[in-house]
Amino acid sequence: MVIQSFTPLFAMLSSLVAVFPITLLKQSENRREMWTFIAAIIKFALVISMVPIILGGQTIELTLVSLIPNVPLKLRVDGFGMVFALVASSLWIVTSIYSIGYMRKSKEHAQSRFFACFALALFATLGVAFSANLLTMYIFYEILSLSTYPLVAHHQDKEAKIGGRKYLTYLLGTSIGLALPAMLIIYNITGTLDFGPNGIMAGHELGKLLPVLVLMFMYGFGKAGLMPLHAWLPGAMVAPTPVSSLLHAVAVVKVGVFCVIRVITGIFGANYLTLHGMVPLICYVAGFTVITASLMALYQDNLKRRLAFSTIGQLAYIIMGVGLCSYLGIVGGVAHIAMHAFGKITLFFCAGAIYVATGKKYISQMVGIGKRMPITMAAFFIGSLSVIGFPPTGGLVSKLYMLRGALQADMIPIVVIYLVSSFLNACYFLPIVYKAFFCTDSESQYEDKINEAPLACIIPPVITACVTIALFIYPNLVINLVESAMGVL
Amino acid sequence: MNIAAQLPVIVLVLPLLSAFAVTLVSLFNKKLAWPLTVLTMTATFLATTGTLCSVIHNGAIRYRVANWAPPFGIELVIDHLSALVAVVISIVALLVAIFAKETIQKDIPNRVGQFYTLFILCTVGLLGETLTGDAFNLYVLIEITSLTSYALLAFGGSRAYFSTFNYLILGTIGACLYLLGVGYLYIKTGSLNMIDIATLIPALSGSSAIFTAFILILVGLWIKMAFFPFHGWLPNAYTHATSTVSAFAAPLMTKVTVYMSIRLMYFVFGPDYAFSQFTGPVNIVWLAVIAILVGSYYALVQTDIKRMLTYIIIAEVGYMVGGMWLGNAIGLTGTIYHIAADAIMTACLFLALGSIAYKLGSTKISDMAGIFKKMPVTFCAFLVGAAGMIGIPPTAGFFSKWFLISGGIQAGQWAFVVALLVSSLVNAILFFRIIEVGFFGADDEDEHDAVVVQRNEAPLSMLLPTVTAAALVILLGLSTSKVTSLLIENIVGSLF
Repeated sequence: MVIQSFTPLFAMLSSLVAVFPITLLKQSENRREMWTFIAAIIKFALVISMVPIILGGQTIELTLVSLIPNVPLKLRVDGFGMVFALVASSLWIVTSIYSIGYMRKSKEHAQSRFFACFALALFATLGVAFSANLLTMYIFYEILSLSTYPLVAHHQDKEAKIGGRKYLTYLLGTSIGLALPAMLIIYNITGTLDFGPNGIMAGHELGKLLPVLVLMFMYGFGKAGLMPLHAWLPGAMVAPTPVSSLLHAVAVVKVGVFCVIRVITGIFGANYLTLHGMVPLICYVAGFTVITASLMALYQDNLKRRLAFSTIGQLAYIIMGVGLCSYLGIVGGVAHIAMHAFGKITLFFCAGAIYVATGKKYISQMVGIGKRMPITMAAFFIGSLSVIGFPPTGGLVSKLYMLRGALQADMIPIVVIYLVSSFLNACYFLPIVYKAFFCTDSESQYEDKINEAPLACIIPPVITACVTIALFIYPNLVINLVESAMGVL
Repeated sequence: MNIAAQLPVIVLVLPLLSAFAVTLVSLFNKKLAWPLTVLTMTATFLATTGTLCSVIHNGAIRYRVANWAPPFGIELVIDHLSALVAVVISIVALLVAIFAKETIQKDIPNRVGQFYTLFILCTVGLLGETLTGDAFNLYVLIEITSLTSYALLAFGGSRAYFSTFNYLILGTIGACLYLLGVGYLYIKTGSLNMIDIATLIPALSGSSAIFTAFILILVGLWIKMAFFPFHGWLPNAYTHATSTVSAFAAPLMTKVTVYMSIRLMYFVFGPDYAFSQFTGPVNIVWLAVIAILVGSYYALVQTDIKRMLTYIIIAEVGYMVGGMWLGNAIGLTGTIYHIAADAIMTACLFLALGSIAYKLGSTKISDMAGIFKKMPVTFCAFLVGAAGMIGIPPTAGFFSKWFLISGGIQAGQWAFVVALLVSSLVNAILFFRIIEVGFFGADDEDEHDAVVVQRNEAPLSMLLPTVTAAALVILLGLSTSKVTSLLIENIVGSLF
């Protein structure tokens, strides 16, 4: 069942419209931030309002304009897009609270530009989530790259500019150089770019072109951060922490992964890829990134950089899960978008809170910090449990799905990769928490006195940590949505 | 007599007459020249739009000038292609006319009347080139356009004289080659009417005289459109001109010449003839590939934005020539679409740059520090134009690349596909270099709080056309499907 409705468009536009009052109200900070909240809440409410329809097994469609023959600018909301939209729009509210605390406390400059670009980025993110065809998705993908560039280069110093340059070079280079031609080749073969329930390639034999196209798409959506095209993500960590947390743990990177998922399920089709033996290719390319990124995360001393490498590994997890092309693998992969998002954003919020409260960026400087900032570090602990995949956190649920998916696809090496990487995740997160709480008084670099970051920086990680646990208890919130989309498959 | 039926000729006669009116009026009161020009251009715009609508509804128009029957009389042929190009010309001319007010007053205060007269005449020439259906008449119009554009470009002052003279020499050679080609055609066919010649060519397809004519016309037009390796005159001529003139010449001159070469290649010689002449390794698409790469390379090494843009134009000419020589419908669609898209994008960039030059007195990249804070609206318009050149959707530039790359894939011309992608990436580097400076300041020093810059936006008469052009870049992109289905498919469908 398909329903025609403007709701997805309004959900996207709510943040685009907010860009204007945000830029115009430079003088009055409170009134400016009010608009961010109004937009974020409206957006979230509109997204939520579509949930029952999607759970009911229906999809929402809206054709905006016709662009080229057979390829209109078109929106379609299904379970996959819904999961992603829910995550992005709910976390925008939380991140906005956090941004205000962080940006004001650290007296950042150009806050209007910051909030305006943030709103624009959310518009593009929802656009990607709700795209009905590859071209529409590509359009919003590019808008997202451009709108987040000012956020990465926010500090305007040399490091930020280099980070910004790297960011654009990698993202624009891959999308124009790889994804665009791959998309054109697909269009020339099939005459359409619409995401189909079983892909659109059935009946077209590509021969040797197929692995090339698969790789062009996997690397073309460079936001997914597959190695060796991952260097922009650690580079982008020069951005203020709210940007790293929402955009470079959730919105931007997940847009890359989401695009790859759409291509695997909607363009090629899981059956088609399995039939043509592409599963090992996808899984091993992603698996290489999973292991390498985890190993690299081990020796990062800068906390945000360690988190960035962890993100790279987790993104590859998702691609690997979906790339298995088995039912459980795909469900687990898409669900992991949500599970990982809440866990990782908690970690970034904590990293930012530590920076705001103490000015410390390096893990070696955080020995004993649990005594000074117990709430922050408790949230950090829960977040890292979720990323590792320990109970009682949502990360476990999606990881189990992916593991079962690997078994379903008869890919034992992938099972091993999942297990090894979970172990590595534990290796690079748990020592931080351990050192923060359990250290001798002589080792401790902090006084035994509670002195947390401002409230606006504490509440968000606590909320997201609670959601992580809630997702363990009620995983069906996510799983049902994903399966509603899989019902069509 | 029905006025609507006379629209094709009104498009030409109205601005032609008002050019003289502007001369007369400006003798008495210089201040009246600008409003009169804007009025003329608005009327011309309405007339071309009216013609376009009539073509869409009733099909192509063949208009006999002074009611002399072809092939002896001069005929105006307004089909979907020429109507589209005419509208593009009149839009850009109108935008530049509005834009001209302040810059002309500032740059050449004592030659205001001459400028507007030449400007209108040049527009008439361009519109004539588009609408005429007569090969010799086309030569006359090429000369009208060229002569007026030499004069316009030379307004730039000292260095412009030399570079314009250079252009004059090469432009004259180009026009002469064209005339020679038409001479050969006339000897063999006895006709100058394009449609008439087209019916006679198939019977003469083996003739070496016809082949000579084809080559002469082709090369003549290549020189005029600055196609590699005949591009040498363009960068200097356009860089040294005053900003208003470059904003007029850069979007239109090369694009209209590309249009003329489509007209002659596809509608006079016919695609069958044209493609049978170049088979095997000798391929014009390869020349286009080199043009794109050379243009992109030279654009990379420039430090002046205006000069950089002129090299981008050379690369864009490569796009269009390549597209029309791919030999498939989608490639030609790309070329035709790109005529419109590139004209508007180039206009957008040059208008924005003209406004910046007006306020800043410089077009060097290093002087752009803090320009975003100083002229936010203008710089945003510049960004839209830049996004178009890079090919970021939903700007028009994305869709022309879409069609051109599709055409390249279909024709198996992978070098052309790669060249287009490389040029997109180079454009990305070019413009983000400017954007970085414009947003964040020039040097790599730690300047947390950038220098406090006062907002100093260009006057409304410059802002309005710039923003309109930027809006059109996006609007054209979003109406791609309309433009192709209503206009371009009609043309391309009849050829392939």
